[in-house]
Amino acid sequence: MKNWFIYILLIISISACTKDEIEVYEPTPMPLSIPQIFSQNIIPPVIPNNNPQTVQGVALGKKLFFDKKLSGNETMACASCHSPQNAFTDITPTSVGIDGTFGSRNSMPLFNLAWNYGERFAWDGKELSIERQALEPVQNPIEMHSEWDDVVNKLQSDPEYPELFRLAFKTTTITKELTTKAIAQFERTLISANSKFDRYSLGQATLTAQEENGLNVFLDETKGDCFHCHGNPNNPLWTDNIFHNNGLDSNFTDLGLGGVTGDTNDNGKFKSPSLRNLAYTAPYMHDGRFNTIDEVIEFYSTGLQTSSTVDPLMKKVTQGGVNLSAQDKADLKAFLLTLSDPSFLTNPDFQE
Amino acid sequence: MKRIFALLVFTAITLTSCGEDLDDNLVAKTEVETTFNFTHNWDDTAVTNSDFNTVQYTNANGEMLSIEKLRYLISDITFSREGEEDIVLDIYNLVDVTNNNNLSFTPETKIPTGTYTNVSFTFGFDAEDNVDGAYLDLNSESWAVPNTPMLGSVGGYHYMQLEGKFTNSTTPETGYAYHTIRAADGSTTPPTIQETAINVDLGPVVIINDTSFEIKMNIAEWFKNTYQWDLTQWNNMLMPNFQAQLKMNENGQNVFSLGTITQ
Ligand code: HEC
Ligand code: HEC
Repeated sequence: MKNWFIYILLIISISACTKDEIEVYEPTPMPLSIPQIFSQNIIPPVIPNNNPQTVQGVALGKKLFFDKKLSGNETMACASCHSPQNAFTDITPTSVGIDGTFGSRNSMPLFNLAWNYGERFAWDGKELSIERQALEPVQNPIEMHSEWDDVVNKLQSDPEYPELFRLAFKTTTITKELTTKAIAQFERTLISANSKFDRYSLGQATLTAQEENGLNVFLDETKGDCFHCHGNPNNPLWTDNIFHNNGLDSNFTDLGLGGVTGDTNDNGKFKSPSLRNLAYTAPYMHDGRFNTIDEVIEFYSTGLQTSSTVDPLMKKVTQGGVNLSAQDKADLKAFLLTLSDPSFLTNPDFQE
Repeated sequence: MKRIFALLVFTAITLTSCGEDLDDNLVAKTEVETTFNFTHNWDDTAVTNSDFNTVQYTNANGEMLSIEKLRYLISDITFSREGEEDIVLDIYNLVDVTNNNNLSFTPETKIPTGTYTNVSFTFGFDAEDNVDGAYLDLNSESWAVPNTPMLGSVGGYHYMQLEGKFTNSTTPETGYAYHTIRAADGSTTPPTIQETAINVDLGPVVIINDTSFEIKMNIAEWFKNTYQWDLTQWNNMLMPNFQAQLKMNENGQNVFSLGTITQ
């Protein structure tokens, strides 16, 4: 008994400094390809140490993202509410789950998620990583209404998945943790950085006079003053990824961040969404209340509601808002549309 | 038993022998670490983020106000000595009181022990450092100033964002956004630019050991001295307001002071 202990210690101590000599299979690393407009302007994306991007992991994640097996009655995939043609969101104000029940929030477009440095996901920041977020819709009774144990069993008895998990994670034993890791790897590859405005910033395109004036409205504190929350040419994410009450309501049916933190000072605060790809992501706001960009601009111009948590940056609330001229509204819209990236919708890597 | 003990010792040595050895430095220090701790008060009442979001402070002009957000940039910490060149640390630190980030800042560069005639820093960025888009981490914090004609097409960065709500007997609760930047008036040709970063002198100090400086900001000063700030007039849209920026610079001169030094 004693000797056994000693031998183990010896083996450990001797092998401690040497490298393994046996060739083992390793998935192929696939670092995110960071667009120039990001590497020039902002800090690198967040990739968790315990879930590095690999070719096999991303491929598996993509298959899972589009697979209806993840839902209770196998009629719904992540992609049902996050469709590539709509910059990975859907077209209804709130989304319907497998049982025909609608949720209370607008589906969110999925892109540049690895650049959400604070890693607080969902409209109210309740999800603390991309991996953990992916657990939620599967078991949400008004979304995919399934049980993770059932999903894992289905995947385990599938003819293809065990081998795909081996290639991605070196084990054929499927778990919900590995499933969500793969999905998260795929989601991190959803990068959108090829809008007209990106090319303009890189000196490869020119803006029309109208678009340029719209940019100035966006950046002008006495006009739109949108940049404090929605980014600027030096922050090409076009969001600050922070939670604000932008004055939609004076009474809250949805507490937003306040429901998560329990702090009444956070009531009515939601994450500033990125303004990229607005051309494809209507309707807008956390509850999908606005159908068009014009309605959104009209809201900021004349529709602001006051409340104790309304953001100090939402000025002139008592006058309804910034009261833009018809010309400035049209120009602002033209500028906002330069942030849309059609190549993101058709990228073959993102199609089923 | 002895044998096991010997083997355990041997194993422990082998296991640890892969790391590099670190020599203890027992010689008296000639170079020391400096740390700058930023504290905040409203006329001597301490202010932390737990005091935010409540209308409870009265400014010189009689408006009651709350703080919802406070973050500001300091840069170029400088140590001056008699007869020698200044030691200028070309650094910056974004103090984020709202989120309790960077309230303590230790520059990487160590400082020789000795007698210093002055320690100083810059509130904001001086002209040399206030370069449009130059700092990726600040860009990622949406800290940039728009590079637009109306702001003189110079871009650069915010110096401070102080936001909250104010009210008085005639004004219902209203938001204010006291944002300080380099003063720029884009309506003139050429644009009128005036540097408004503030040099803050902390005074002389003898540095014999690792040293912490407490840097106190009296937030009330932004509204008081020498210009009595009227929030009902100037509460928002202050970035393109050239005169307001000059007044912020004026009032900012006495906002910072040295608190305790510990070595
Ligand atoms: C029934 C529709 C529906 C389905 C199915 C669905 N989602 Fe969502 N998704 C939403 C809604 C609605 C939100 C916003 C949730 C909130 O704020 O409470 C959201 C938010 C997200 C976010 C947060 C994005 C951000 O920027 O913060 C991610 C990531 C996401 N979903 C991924 C997934 C994945 C992965 C799946 C599949 C496992 C999935 N979703 C399935 C509707 C859906
Ligand atoms: C105080 C911060 C703030 C300012 C300033 C601001 N927004 Fe927003 N914006 C938000 C937040 C927060 C939301 C999400 C609100 C919600 O759904 O409850 C939002 C939502 C939007 C949306 C909807 C996007 C989507 O995907 O649903 C658009 C479009 C938009 N803002 C455009 C603008 C424009 C244009 C301006 C300037 C006129 C502006 N915003 C100023 C914080 C701000």
